[in-house]
Amino acid sequence: MLKHYEISGTDFSAAGEASSNFKLILKQLGLPADIVRKVAISMYEAEINTVIHGGGGTCDAEISDKSIVISFNDNGPGIKDIDLAMKEGYSTATDTVRELGFGAGMGLPNMKKYADDLQIKTTPGKGTTVVLTINL
Amino acid sequence: MKVSELAKALDLKVITDKGFADREIKSCYVGDLLSWVMGRAGQDSVWITIMSNVNIVAVAALVDMACILLAEGVAIDEEVIKKADSQGIIILSTDKNSYEAAIAVHKAAAI
Repeated sequence: MLKHYEISGTDFSAAGEASSNFKLILKQLGLPADIVRKVAISMYEAEINTVIHGGGGTCDAEISDKSIVISFNDNGPGIKDIDLAMKEGYSTATDTVRELGFGAGMGLPNMKKYADDLQIKTTPGKGTTVVLTINL
Repeated sequence: MKVSELAKALDLKVITDKGFADREIKSCYVGDLLSWVMGRAGQDSVWITIMSNVNIVAVAALVDMACILLAEGVAIDEEVIKKADSQGIIILSTDKNSYEAAIAVHKAAAI
C-alpha cells in the first residue's frame, strides 16, 4: 500500500496531519501498538522538519509485508553538518518556531531512536531526503 | 484512575467536549518542548504543559495520550479546541503551575 502526502511549508497548524492520517491507517490495519508508536514518532519528527526546515515538500509512505518505508523530500537549504544535527539538543530553528514548542533539537535523534533505519541524503542549497524504515 | 475521576478529584476544567470517551490514566509527563515530549511521554499519560498551540493536539494523538492538562490557566484558541474534539483528544485546565499539578496528579491517581 502506498500513500502520498503534500507537506505545506507555511501552515504550521497543519504540521503533523500526514503522520496523524498514516497512524490511523496503521491502527485500522491492526498493526501492533509498538510498531504504530515507532512510526508515529519518527514520521512526525520528519514531517515537522520538512515544514520548519525544508519549507515544505512531499512524503511517500509504503507498507509492505516486511517493513514500512517512509520518505520525505524537500527543496530546502539542506543540512550543513549532519553529525551536529544528530546531537540531542542541537537546533537551528528560529525563535518563532521555538515559541511554538519546536526546535528542541530532538528531531533527528528521535527518528534515529524510533526508526529501525534512518537514511539522510542532503545537499546544501538543494534539499534533503530522509528515509525512515520500520521493520514489521 | 480514569480521566473523568481525575478531573473531578482535582477540580479541573474540561475545555474540550464534556461528553468525552473516558479512558484510563497510566502515567504522567511534564514538558513544553514538543519533540522532547513526543519521544519520552508514554501512552495513556496525562501530559502537563503550558504550551497551548494547535500542535499539542497532534503530539497527544500520535503518542496516544490519555489527556492534556494545561497548567497555569493558559489561554487556548477555539481553533485548538475544535481540532482536539475532531481527534478525540481531551484537554483539561488548572490554575496550578506544572509542578503543583504534577503533585496533585500523583496524589490523586497514585502514579
